[in-house]
Amino acid sequence: MPMFSLEARLKRQAVLDMLFRTLTRISAFSVLALLAAIIFSLVVGSMPAIHAFGFGFLTSPEWDPVNDKFGALIPIVGTLITSGIALLIAIPVSFGIAIFLTELSPRILRRPLGIAIELLAGIPSIIYGMWGLFVFVPVFADHVEPWLNDHLGVMPYIGPLFSGPPMGIGILTASIILSIMVIPFITSVMRDVFDVVPTLLKESAYGLGATTWEVMWRIVLPYTKVGVAGGIMLGLGRALGETMAVTFVIGNAHELTKSLLMPGNSISSALANEFTEAVGELYTSSLIELGLILFFITFVVLSIARFMLYKLGQREGQAA
Amino acid sequence: MTVETIANPKVVVKDLNFYYGNYRALKDINLSIAEKMVTAFIGPSGCGKSTLLRTFNRMYQLYPKQKATGEIILDGANILDPKQDLNMLRAKIGMVFQKPTPFPMSIYDNIAFGVKLYEDLSKHDMEVRVEWALKKAALWTEVKDKLKQSGTGLSGGQQQRLCIARAIAVKPQVLLLDEPTSALDPISTAHIEKLIDELKEDFTIVIVTHNLQQAARVADYTAYMYLGDLVEFGDTPTVFTNPKRKETEDYITGRFG
Repeated sequence: MPMFSLEARLKRQAVLDMLFRTLTRISAFSVLALLAAIIFSLVVGSMPAIHAFGFGFLTSPEWDPVNDKFGALIPIVGTLITSGIALLIAIPVSFGIAIFLTELSPRILRRPLGIAIELLAGIPSIIYGMWGLFVFVPVFADHVEPWLNDHLGVMPYIGPLFSGPPMGIGILTASIILSIMVIPFITSVMRDVFDVVPTLLKESAYGLGATTWEVMWRIVLPYTKVGVAGGIMLGLGRALGETMAVTFVIGNAHELTKSLLMPGNSISSALANEFTEAVGELYTSSLIELGLILFFITFVVLSIARFMLYKLGQREGQAA
Repeated sequence: MTVETIANPKVVVKDLNFYYGNYRALKDINLSIAEKMVTAFIGPSGCGKSTLLRTFNRMYQLYPKQKATGEIILDGANILDPKQDLNMLRAKIGMVFQKPTPFPMSIYDNIAFGVKLYEDLSKHDMEVRVEWALKKAALWTEVKDKLKQSGTGLSGGQQQRLCIARAIAVKPQVLLLDEPTSALDPISTAHIEKLIDELKEDFTIVIVTHNLQQAARVADYTAYMYLGDLVEFGDTPTVFTNPKRKETEDYITGRFG
């Protein structure tokens, strides 16, 4: 009797195990299937535009719904530039915050500051957009942009970047709002990886007489570079796809200008604004192709990040 | 507490007290560290020997709520004086830790790192200095062909000698060794002990160790500490063979600790 029940139990366990394994496998593969389905529908949806414009779609600055002529150059450039400037601002600021939080901040301040930064990450992007439009834009138009006009706008080479009417909305404003949005992400990753640096390693550098800055820059950052790069890529991923906040402040103009103060457009912002009013197959299809391009850019960024981390890991491995 | 009269003291500790918050971890410590000799601090865990070592380069100052009172005199100046420049102090007093801590950079840069903080050497002078330090640390022959490789790729014993080379490259006067062999195998430990013996020609060495035999082998002077008190301090043969205090004898003969 006991033998029999044990056997039955084992059998039941084997069946349950099988069931569980199958279930997890289905869950895992459904992710792949979902991804494939999304790519597939994007490709199918953009077929009319691809047929009509070919590769010219990527290089044409034209966006003329009236005459059914579409090109993606402006939103692509807008997306890359706003994300690039956002990172340019966000990386040093995040590095500073992370240094302060891990090394310099008094213990009582550490928790509230850390929580505040995490809360910043949790604010819905539409709030950033509203805040940007109603608070940030007027300040920018009245005080910051005139100053940029007067001081940077007259300089050789970079002058054209900072000239133009101070409207408040535009590429630069969108970039700054984006940078505020990605700072919490980059900061929290940096803080987490800085926290795992062995105390003895830091003490060794301090013991040689290094200053806090030298310890952070020459020891902690090289030690954590893989994690830091990962955090930056996470921020870039968010910046590339961010829609609502950018839509509010970028100006949504299909114009290619040299000036960062002028309105422009980004892929996600164009999609959000125009899908509802897109009439005609070619218009809709062009927007879907924009989506496909955004998908592709994000994919490439993530792949480059992966590859970079892999190479870094390999180099460390060889040395070890 | 017993204070041996030392003819040629490099460092003199006077009435040193140390606090972790309200906890008094060192109690009225008085002792002298002889120049170009090896002084060992021994005692059971928590006796304050590492704490005492870490007051010499004020490492404790990285952490709030840790403070020291009293005096530690090096070359006539009080190390604990708030006006004492920390970075200059640490150029004079180097430190090596329990575990090897190679920096995430090449072997060459590991050595050059500290030197660059204080001196502006030409490329050639730096190469000479790196070679000098690695030779002093008995590591040169093993790494001379792979100076550009990462320091983290060396074996544990080699890493620890790299850390010693890094500390002496700055040309300090005093070298603090905080249980430098506790993470190493016996052969690497023997290497380091031999090295300590050679290094005392140029440097004043203070070593904290859990290993009594090690103290007996390498140290000229030994201090036995217990619960923040300096119980006994004297030349090593006396402390080990003819201790004045019963507590010291109990610890050394293994009846306690």
